[in-house]
Amino acid sequence: MADFLQLLVAGLATGGIYALIAIGFTLLWQTSQTINFAQGEFVMLPAFFMLVGMNHGLPFWGAVAAGILVSALVLGVAFKQWLVDPMIRHGVLPLAIATMALSIFLKEGVREFYAAEAQPFPPLAAVTNLSIFGATIAVQSILVLALAVGAVVALQVFLNGTRTGRQMQATAQNPTVARILGIPVARMILIAFIINAVLAALASALITPIYLAKFTNGETLGIAAFIAAIVGGFNQVRGAIVGGLLLGVVDNFAAAYLSAQYRAALPLLILIVVIMVRPQGLLGRVEERTV
Amino acid sequence: MLAAALAAGLSAGAHAQDTAKFAFIGELSGAGAVSSTNFRDGALLAIDEINAKGGILGRKIEMKQYDTQTNPGVARAQMQKAIDEEPYVVLGPIFSGIVKVSMVIAAQNETPQIMGGEAADLTQQGNAYLFRTSFGQQVSMPKIANYIRDVVKAKNVAVLWVNNDFGKGGRDNFTKEMNARGIKIAADISTESGQTDFAADVVKAKAANADAIFVYTNEEESARFLREARKQGVSVPLIGETTLLGQKVIDLAGDAANGARGHVGLSADIPVPAVREFKTKFNARFKYVPDHNGIKGYTGVYAVKYATEKIGKFDRKALAAKLHGLTISPKDEPGILLETTWDDKGDIDRVSYIAEVINGKQTITTELPKLGK
Repeated sequence: MADFLQLLVAGLATGGIYALIAIGFTLLWQTSQTINFAQGEFVMLPAFFMLVGMNHGLPFWGAVAAGILVSALVLGVAFKQWLVDPMIRHGVLPLAIATMALSIFLKEGVREFYAAEAQPFPPLAAVTNLSIFGATIAVQSILVLALAVGAVVALQVFLNGTRTGRQMQATAQNPTVARILGIPVARMILIAFIINAVLAALASALITPIYLAKFTNGETLGIAAFIAAIVGGFNQVRGAIVGGLLLGVVDNFAAAYLSAQYRAALPLLILIVVIMVRPQGLLGRVEERTV
Repeated sequence: MLAAALAAGLSAGAHAQDTAKFAFIGELSGAGAVSSTNFRDGALLAIDEINAKGGILGRKIEMKQYDTQTNPGVARAQMQKAIDEEPYVVLGPIFSGIVKVSMVIAAQNETPQIMGGEAADLTQQGNAYLFRTSFGQQVSMPKIANYIRDVVKAKNVAVLWVNNDFGKGGRDNFTKEMNARGIKIAADISTESGQTDFAADVVKAKAANADAIFVYTNEEESARFLREARKQGVSVPLIGETTLLGQKVIDLAGDAANGARGHVGLSADIPVPAVREFKTKFNARFKYVPDHNGIKGYTGVYAVKYATEKIGKFDRKALAAKLHGLTISPKDEPGILLETTWDDKGDIDRVSYIAEVINGKQTITTELPKLGK
C-alpha cells in the first residue's frame, strides 16, 4: 500500500507536468490549427534561460521569473510572428514541418552554445518528506503537483471567468464568427501562444530538477505530452489534463510493476487503443468538417 | 606556379612527417558526453604539455576528434574514418558498448587503441591492440564486494544497473562476487541508458529492504538517481564505483551525493600530489573539475609517449607489443601520475581507493594496493 501511494503521488507529479505541456498543444491547435512539434524543446529551453539568469547572479525564483518572461517573448511572441504567421498561410503541414526544423535548431543550438552535458538545476524546495499511511511522500512532489494543478486552475479561471478568456474560446470555436462579432482574433491567438510559452516555462522549472538541464530533454517530454494530448482529447484543455495525469501515473506503475524496458511502450499502447476505440480522445469532442 | 605547388606539397609531406597523428573517438554528444568530454580534455592537456616540451621523439602531436554521438552505428563509421587517416594511435571511445562495436576496426589495421571502457569482456577477446586506462570490472567488483562484506557488513543488497554493455557487465560480475561471499541480492533493478525519472526505481529499491543499494549506472543517471533517493528519504548506504562518486556526479546531484560511497579506481581527489597538481592544471585550463575520465585521457597519452620513447620510433605494432607487460612509474614518467602496469591482455593494475562523498567532496578513506603486490 505504501509503495502504491508513493508511486501514485510521484506519477501524479510527473503527470501534472505532462499536462501543462499537453495543454499547450491543445491551445495552439484550437486557436490557430498549429501542431507544434518543438513543444518538447519549448520545455527544455527555458531551463537554460533560468540557468543563465542564475549564472548572472539572480536568485533562484528571480531567475525562474526572468526565464518565464524571456520564454513568453521568444517562444510566445517571436515564435508566432516569425515562424507561425509566415508559414500558416501555406497550410498546416508546412507549419508542422517548420516546427520540426525549429525543434532540431533549438536542441542543437543549446548543445553548441551552452553544453552537451547535463547541468545541475536547483530543486524547488529543500528535501523534506511526509509520512502518510506508512508511505514516504516527498514534499517536492507535492509542491510540483500543487504548482501544476494551480496553473491549470488559474488557466481555467482565466478562460471561463474573464472577457478575454471567453473571447479566446469563441476564437477557438469559430474564428470567422468571432471576427464578425468584433473579437480581435489575431490578438487572441497571440495570447494563446504566450500562455503556451508560459506554461512550458513553468513545466521546465518543475521538471528540470528531476531530469537535470540537458539539450535532449525535449525529446521525451515532447512525445509524452503529445501522446497525453491525443489520449485526453486534442481539442479539449480538460482532456490534456486527464491525458497528462494518466500518462504520468501509468509510466510510474509500468516502471515499477512491468519493466523499465517496456515503460516507454505502454503509453504508445494506450494511444493505439484510444485511437481505435475513441478517436476523439477520452474527453475530446468529435469534430465534423465540411468538404 | 608549378614550383609553388611542388613546394606546398613537399611542405605538407614534411609537416606530416613532423607530427604524430592521434585520433580521439569519443561520445562528445549523447548519453556519454560527460565521460568523453573529460577524457578528451585530459588528453588535450597532456598533448599541450608534451608539445610544449618538443613532442614525442621530436614530433608534435596532432589530435583529430571524432564524435560517436554515443551511437554504435556512428561509432563504427567514425572509427573507419579515423583509421583511414592512418593515426599512430586511437584514444577512446569511453562507453564499453561503443568500444565493443568499433574496436575490431582498429585491431584489423594494427593500430593501438587506448580506451576508457570498463566492461570485463572487452579485453577477453584476444585483441592485441586494445589497452585499458582504468580497471576492468573483473578487477573492481571483487574490491567492492570485499568492502560490502567487511566494512558495510551487508547481508543483502539491492542492485540497480543500467541496461547497456557497461551496466550488464558490472551487474553480472557484481552478482557473481556477491554470491561467492554469501550476500543475497534482494532486488535486481534494470534501468535504461539516458533514463530521466527514477521515482519508480527508488520505490522498488526501498521496497527490497536491503542493507545497502549498489548503484551501477553512468554519471548523469547516477546523479538523477541520487537526487530521487534523497527526495524519497532512502537511508541505507548507496554504494557504487567511480561513476557514482565522480566529481561530475557530485556537481549534478548536489547535496544528494553526500553519503554515497564505494570503490574508485581513479579520482582527482586522491591524496597524491601529482594527481592534485593535474586537477589544478585541468581546472585552470577547462574551468571545471575533472573526474576519473580526465585522468584516464591524460595518463593514456603519457603512456603512449613513454612507450614510444622506449622503442625509439613510431611503429604501431612495436608500440602495442611494448605496452603489454609494461610498468610505468611516475619517477620515470611523471605524467603517468600513478605507477601503472598493463598485462598481456591490456588490462591495467594500479592502486585504488575506497571513498565517500562528504560535504560535497569526494573523500578518500582507504588506499588498496595493486593486485600484483
